[in-house]
Amino acid sequence: MSVAGTIAAAQQRWRRIPVVAGIGFAIILAWVVAALAAPWVAPFDPIAQDLSATLQPPGGSHWLGTDNFGRDVLSRIIWSARIDLQMGVFGVLFPFLIGTTIGALSGYAGGLIDTLLMRLLDVTMSFPFFVLIIAIVATLGPGLISFFIALALVGWVSYARLIRAQFLVMKEADFVLAARCLGYGHARIVFRHILPNAIMPAIVFSMSDAVIDILLGSSLSYLGLGIQPPTAEWGVMIAEGQTFIASAWWISFFPGLAIICLAIGFSMLADGFAEHFGISE
Amino acid sequence: MALLELKHLTVAFGKGDLTNPAVDDVSFAVDAGEVMGLVGESGSGKTVTCRAMLRLMPPGLHHRISGQAIFDGKDLLATSERELQSLYGKRIGMIFQNPSSYLDPLSSIGQQIAEPLIYHEGLSRRNARARAIELLRQVGIPDPRHNVDAFPHQFSGGMRQRAMIAAAVACQPDLLIADEPTTALDVTVQAQILRLLMELRDRTGLAIVLITHDLGVIAATCDTVAVMYAGRIMERATKGELIRHPRHPYTAGLIRSQPSRARKGRPMPSIEGQLPDVNSLPKGCRFHPRCAYAEPLCRTGVVATEPVGSDHLVACVRWRELEFAA
Repeated sequence: MSVAGTIAAAQQRWRRIPVVAGIGFAIILAWVVAALAAPWVAPFDPIAQDLSATLQPPGGSHWLGTDNFGRDVLSRIIWSARIDLQMGVFGVLFPFLIGTTIGALSGYAGGLIDTLLMRLLDVTMSFPFFVLIIAIVATLGPGLISFFIALALVGWVSYARLIRAQFLVMKEADFVLAARCLGYGHARIVFRHILPNAIMPAIVFSMSDAVIDILLGSSLSYLGLGIQPPTAEWGVMIAEGQTFIASAWWISFFPGLAIICLAIGFSMLADGFAEHFGISE
Repeated sequence: MALLELKHLTVAFGKGDLTNPAVDDVSFAVDAGEVMGLVGESGSGKTVTCRAMLRLMPPGLHHRISGQAIFDGKDLLATSERELQSLYGKRIGMIFQNPSSYLDPLSSIGQQIAEPLIYHEGLSRRNARARAIELLRQVGIPDPRHNVDAFPHQFSGGMRQRAMIAAAVACQPDLLIADEPTTALDVTVQAQILRLLMELRDRTGLAIVLITHDLGVIAATCDTVAVMYAGRIMERATKGELIRHPRHPYTAGLIRSQPSRARKGRPMPSIEGQLPDVNSLPKGCRFHPRCAYAEPLCRTGVVATEPVGSDHLVACVRWRELEFAA
């Protein structure tokens, strides 16, 4: 009753999306547009070197300055958005799909299947998250694909736990009994009746997870395990600017600001959703 | 032959012993077009009986079921799950006490009524929607064309119950199990819902098992009645016979303790004591600790269900001596 009631009440408020979520969505949308329109928006080629204009401070034709190879920082940041958004989206997508499937199966089936899957989850969780990611990426070789594989292998646990908990509650909900009474098969009950009611906490979590994935991707690039130079990526840019942090702060500072900006966008969207659907993270 | 025949249904919970189970040796039969009332106090095992018979016990609850539930020649307790799924929603419908929690909060009323039609009868989305509107009209929802797209939270309790009935009877089932369908509703709405169920019975020949604790509801609707107490059937008879000539002290007590029979200035008649706990059910007749007529045999002996007349069964060792005024 209370679960159904909460959702029904949430639904009533569907039209009143909180302002926070709106701002978060606008920030993300702005980055998506910038990433898609990078060839037209970015004033310079992101990897073209101009050795006559190295380490230029912000201002003039290079709004955010240039790095030690004379590459335009603003252009590199805009092009980077393509990669960093990918990290946020795909870094969440695969763990989300895998975790949701495992969590739903585990919670709905119960018994031996549940026990086995939950022990698998325990094993995965017993390793420190970052260390495991770094180990997998280091084994597979640096790059975006390795990063996504590592996240898929490790990141599903949070989603599995969230979804499983929801399923444990909801499989005994009255409307699920009603669905059984109407003779629906298990697949239909799981996907059409329980999942839509159970998925919201996982969606909210995926927003903050996207932030973590972007930061993680940037960190890996910084460590040399992610995107390889000369491709522009915020983490790579911060790493490259490190040497010049005292003299040319803008090389690292603006990519850092970009990460923070996108992360805040996702966080605000997550907060707005959570508030809207009455879910506490 | 009866449409549904329940034979010796026994349900034990957990590792509980089958010698004194929660639901013990329950048998009854329902013919096509018949309305059978299953009456008893809260906790007497009415709902468990029906859910066990349909194998719809809550998941994760340890229980053992024995007996037979023969619906149209098939034993529901022995058939495959797939077979059950092909019966439920199509030939057996169910409605419940609290319609608000039994409707999916994220699907519109129309979707929920159309879904069994699409799933069981292969109707197209468009035809199923048209049928849903028609069904909403039949169950008395105002402005069905508009309300078909409403969500459960936008409906009142009575309207939700009507919507649930519409979904349950969408595929024109032969049997409807109604588990306290009017308990959560106020009296006027209650009467409307009962009238609706009777109309459906008259129009489609639907058989109804009506679970209730309200003798008033029984009196208004049922053809036959089974009185249940602590997991056993105490008495079974046609409605008129049962209300005029109850032979079991419990039935007589239930009839006597109806609020409408109370006299001004006198205490409300009631049955002393409380329903026993499932884990410590009394031996002998389960009603004996509360029975004014109990004698030593009631405490120990096996109580046989004996026929009083052609349509009247009673499970009381003293039924021959006892007469109750109506």
